[in-house]
Amino acid sequence: MSNTKRFFRALFARKIVAVALVVILFFFICAVASPLLATHDPDRNDLYSVTKGPSKEHVLGTDQLGRDVYSRIVYGARVAFLVGILAVLISAVLGSAIGLIAGYFGGWVDNVLMRIVEAMMAIPPIVLALALVAIFGRSVPMLILVLGISAIPGFARMMRGQVLTVRDLDYVSASRIRGNSNFVTMVKHILPNCLSPMIIVMTQSIGGTILSEAGLSFLGAGVLPPTSSWGAMVNDGYTYLEKCPVFALAPGTAVILLVLAFNIFGDGLRDALDPRMRGRR
Amino acid sequence: MGRFLLKRLFQTVIILIIISLMAFALIHIIPGDPVYAMLGSDITPEYHDQVYESMGLNLPLVQQYFHWIGNFVQGKMGYSYHFKMDVLQLVQRRLPVTVILGISSAILSVVLGLLFGIITAVRRGKPIDSILTVLANIGIATPIFWLAVMLVLVFSIKLRWLPSWGFTMPWVDFGKSMKQMLMPTICMSVGGIASYTRQTRSSMLEVIGQDYIRTARSKGLKEGRIIMGHAVKNALIPILTLIGMTLRNCIGGSAIIERVFNIAGMGSVMVEALGNRDYITLQSGIIFLSLITCLCNLLVDIAYAYADPRIRLE
Repeated sequence: MSNTKRFFRALFARKIVAVALVVILFFFICAVASPLLATHDPDRNDLYSVTKGPSKEHVLGTDQLGRDVYSRIVYGARVAFLVGILAVLISAVLGSAIGLIAGYFGGWVDNVLMRIVEAMMAIPPIVLALALVAIFGRSVPMLILVLGISAIPGFARMMRGQVLTVRDLDYVSASRIRGNSNFVTMVKHILPNCLSPMIIVMTQSIGGTILSEAGLSFLGAGVLPPTSSWGAMVNDGYTYLEKCPVFALAPGTAVILLVLAFNIFGDGLRDALDPRMRGRR
Repeated sequence: MGRFLLKRLFQTVIILIIISLMAFALIHIIPGDPVYAMLGSDITPEYHDQVYESMGLNLPLVQQYFHWIGNFVQGKMGYSYHFKMDVLQLVQRRLPVTVILGISSAILSVVLGLLFGIITAVRRGKPIDSILTVLANIGIATPIFWLAVMLVLVFSIKLRWLPSWGFTMPWVDFGKSMKQMLMPTICMSVGGIASYTRQTRSSMLEVIGQDYIRTARSKGLKEGRIIMGHAVKNALIPILTLIGMTLRNCIGGSAIIERVFNIAGMGSVMVEALGNRDYITLQSGIIFLSLITCLCNLLVDIAYAYADPRIRLE
């Protein structure tokens, strides 16, 4: 059996992982093809029909400005994917670089970098994000940067731990004896051997990042209106909870489904990539 | 043990200094003049200069830091132009609320999470294991603000059992306080309960596979003794380190929960300070909230070293 085939067999050993992948793909299609799937313009106000419950024309009703809730959820998938994936990429690149340098050089470099990472970890996550929002301001690109920076510690610590396990192995010494620079040794020889745990942590972080984005947008510290974000929609809906609960319920359900799918898929990937984890659980 | 304590104490101080540097940097990294950013550009130049000087912004950078941190340690954190009061006074009023909420939800997370984790591990493969594991997965994926909104919908709007907002100190009116705290505490602890359940389960399963458990079984010990006396004791050690993390996450969550339930705590102060560009309050808030997590981490590490002698000798 080829390696790829074995990997996919392990990945989809549990049916739920396949279901998770389908859910992720579904939301991905929503994000890519939002104009086709939405029934209305997500930003168009219609003050003649505000906070109406579900009807034939508006499947999930309308919000306080008469915007179609269903269409806004479809468009909200864009923000979720964009922020979730790009922020994780940023934190993976920056965090891994810090972890790689700290683990490889050790000594005072390690000490300084890790104390900074620990300091970042001591600040409660949303508080850290709020402080970063104060610095960078509110827009989708800045939000990606904010969430990317606040997730650095996890990657840095994971990467450092990985590097420590391979740093003293023969092939690393061999690379150094050959006269390779530290940079070449780190990037060409150490990094590839730390990739699979990194991919696992990346997949598992996407869900959490989407949650953070929703949380910040809920607090009004995320994307600016009128861009539709699921978190901001729940916040809008909270005001009209008594009159029209579906308005807060629907976007929240979208968040849960997508985050759950990413988490389950991440766990599946971990089981498939890490043979030691296979068959456990 | 003494050396270990000293080392950890030293590390905590270093981390706090780094955090204070980050908080200090905040006011210098924000775009534009901090005083105009805070008070708007329509203030008179004289007033601007007065505030500028009172914040020590006219000093050289290094001196500014020591001026600021020196004042901070003495309790002179400055004046909050948004809340119209001294920051120390504001913190004194608001911080206890968040700490009470944070600690009670951290305790709830640990107790229920451990309980569920042990149950799922012992009953591995049984229906109760599947149910709790599925619930834990959902719990991790649920945005706490959404859960809070749903609880309000069901228990405040539909059933009218619990108040949807407010906070009372437990020593003022215990019954009312418990009623008001129930939903916020549950919301803040759901994520913690879920991750504790998962961690405890996998930690327990690992321990149950060890030789000493087989030895205990072959010795003819009762299953209850094996689980409580041998398995749980060993499985808990790695879980202990998570407690510091839990309090930190609970306090982070308070920013959201305090907003939903309209609670006047430190979390809502941070959100309001951000919205109104009150950087002086933001700076102090970062330090105070981080200080709590740092102290908790320190206590956990001491407990950890006490529980596992191997750590002390490292």
